[in-house]
Amino acid sequence: MKRHPYLIIGNSVAAIAGVEGIRQVDDDTPITILAREPHHTYSRPLISYWLSGQVDDGDMFYRPEDFYEQNRVDVILSQEVISVDPQNQTVQTADGHRIAFDKLLIAAGGQPIVPPDIPGSDADGVFTFTTWDDARNIRDFVTQQGVQQAVVVGGGLIGLKSLEALVELGLQTTVVELADRILSATFDQTAAELAQTMLEEAGVTVLCNNTVAEIATEDRQVKEAILHTGQHISCQLVVFAIGVRPNIQMVADTSIAVDWGILVDDHMQTSVADVYAAGDVAQAPALLSDERRCIPILPNAYRQGCVAGQNMAGADQLYRGGLVMNAVDICGLPTISVGMTTPDNEDCEVLTALDEEAPSYKKIVLCDEKVVGAIFVGDIDRAGIFTGLIKQEIDVASCKELLLTEDFGVISLPTEYRKHLVSGMGIEV
Amino acid sequence: MKRIKINEQHCIGCRLCEIHCLVQHSKSKKIIKAFREERESIVPGIHVEESGYVSFALQCRHCEDAPCIEACMTGAMYRDPETEAVICDQDRCVGCWMCVMVCPVAAIRRGPEDQVASKCDLCMEAEIPVCVVNCPNEALVYEDDAVR
Repeated sequence: MKRHPYLIIGNSVAAIAGVEGIRQVDDDTPITILAREPHHTYSRPLISYWLSGQVDDGDMFYRPEDFYEQNRVDVILSQEVISVDPQNQTVQTADGHRIAFDKLLIAAGGQPIVPPDIPGSDADGVFTFTTWDDARNIRDFVTQQGVQQAVVVGGGLIGLKSLEALVELGLQTTVVELADRILSATFDQTAAELAQTMLEEAGVTVLCNNTVAEIATEDRQVKEAILHTGQHISCQLVVFAIGVRPNIQMVADTSIAVDWGILVDDHMQTSVADVYAAGDVAQAPALLSDERRCIPILPNAYRQGCVAGQNMAGADQLYRGGLVMNAVDICGLPTISVGMTTPDNEDCEVLTALDEEAPSYKKIVLCDEKVVGAIFVGDIDRAGIFTGLIKQEIDVASCKELLLTEDFGVISLPTEYRKHLVSGMGIEV
Repeated sequence: MKRIKINEQHCIGCRLCEIHCLVQHSKSKKIIKAFREERESIVPGIHVEESGYVSFALQCRHCEDAPCIEACMTGAMYRDPETEAVICDQDRCVGCWMCVMVCPVAAIRRGPEDQVASKCDLCMEAEIPVCVVNCPNEALVYEDDAVR
């Protein structure tokens, strides 16, 4: 059996970063990618922009057309891996191939959750929204069935971006969120209310503290969403956006340790030598946390993939830990949230500034004179400085009064940290 | 690579760098025309920060380990293979602001018209960045550094 020196499962951000990480260390050993989807590497977060018509087919690709060739990557598309055998160093594909490897990177991503216990959740017109094919299927369904009304289940990031696209397609939309506010994982009440106002102004009905209990159908077609509170919402399309589960089935019953995701150390290596994991499938060390966490966001996926790739090629690169952060534009309102934004620790100090008219909202969470979280709505231009302060654990006692001021900037930072930033050498991420 | 070095003790806060950056990145390349007709559609890639007697002009540091490239979801943010400068391909940017979120010096701004990311490109069309050429007190210097 031919052995593949570097085998990568997956073809999105973490996998591509894996290739780029390997190539920083090793110029020529061949790399093989096994991709479940049939496409050249494309940007998953762009699917909402594609659905709304903002981005066309040609602009969907994450890397140029000659990326694989330039990086000496043999890419095998439409090839789903169903199991990994770490002892014999092989993987098994859905169509029966066994492929041997020396070093393996599992960057298989996640699978959107569809609750099986909701009657009607298998009807025509029920979708999830994480792949280009999902977006394509939704667009085709909307056109062919003349869909007028849609219900999105879940007011998180994926839910809101799908809503935006559906509004753009001219649909009457409702979002149903289980928590007491949208974007509850990263937003506090105030930020969520500002975002909700923008959605409502765009014509979206927002229902919190509620969820879909049943999908009523007629001839297998979606007719109504029936909520827990008994309310009936007429719709022909339902999008489930209630979360993503890491794709760990392929390592089930192997010596590769898993929890919610595949457990990795600070070198992105799994519990088995020469087997690495990165991206949405991995449960990795995290900043502001003692436990390893799955933080399925793009910057973490890239960093993890790149570190994994470098280490697979023999480097000794450390992954410093992921940080929960999100930048999302909600119907024209830019927002950024980083770190611990709704602290349950009473020792934390919270600074806020709200201008409902603008609208603009800033919130800084401090713990022991260090920034541990921040929310920016409207005026986001300086947000990155706070991300840096969180990552580098900088003591901000000397500039605390300035944090929320209009002219807060790099100049306001402690001199030593400022000099480090401005020196222009590599900034550690 | 060649980088812009900042000598904050030489900066007099005149903001000529901001003006020349704007003009260089305007369509007309003419100062009055750029100011009258294009001011709304260009964001300078350099910003002067001031506090008391201290001031300095800050633009993208073109980090060796650039977090904005890693965080870019479209692939619009890339490193130019020749100059090693970090460049934003505005045709591919969709304005998600991931780069704004991760830039530790806040050198990436929203613009023009808040649609796409805007930043220093080290004046690709000029031999020496115009902020450096036009700094009257050598507070900005363009020089090679020994990275790696």
